[in-house]
Amino acid sequence: MAFYECVYMARPDVSTTQVEAITEQITNIITERGGSVHSTEYWGLKSLAYRVKKNRKAHYVLMNIDCNNDAKAEMERTMSLNEDVLRMLTLRLEEMPDGQSIQMRAKARGDRPDRGDRGDRGDRGDRGERRERRSEDA
Amino acid sequence: MARRPFTRRKKSCPFSGPNAPVIDYKDTKLLSRFLSERGKIVPSRITAVSAKKQRELSRAIKRARTMALLPYVIG
Repeated sequence: MAFYECVYMARPDVSTTQVEAITEQITNIITERGGSVHSTEYWGLKSLAYRVKKNRKAHYVLMNIDCNNDAKAEMERTMSLNEDVLRMLTLRLEEMPDGQSIQMRAKARGDRPDRGDRGDRGDRGDRGERRERRSEDA
Repeated sequence: MARRPFTRRKKSCPFSGPNAPVIDYKDTKLLSRFLSERGKIVPSRITAVSAKKQRELSRAIKRARTMALLPYVIG
């Protein structure tokens, strides 16, 4: 069985439950044909770099799949028929990535790509003891 | 006699070290470092990226562009 990574974008005015329904439908297609879906990741409603089919935002879903060719072909055919799916990209992988994808880690870290935060400086501790007064200060 | 005044020290490819970052079309933060401010791919003679990694890089950038993770043009 070959390892595939499929990312698809769903229209923004579709609710997250419907996005899960699409993912569910794809998972059924894959498992019916003897494949298996290792992990699915929902990147959330992201704003796009440019307008795609008049939409400015889209739901992103990533799926790591282990299946043969006709399961993949059937999955792609189903997604292309579905009007809620704006675009999809299926890639063949050499080996299955284990951890989370970079998008999820960035999301988990909560940093926004354009915010270059240098991290907090840590607290500097309070000032030391006052030096004793020298005679001419009187 | 300054025969070759323009040779600067040989920059090393950022992807050749032991813990080099993996080129992935989903990693927009890494890819945007190799885009000009207009959103064009910076040539490897400026970023000193090896030819093989530059091909991988441009393939990843083009995939990210089709999936609207990166813009085709900025501004």
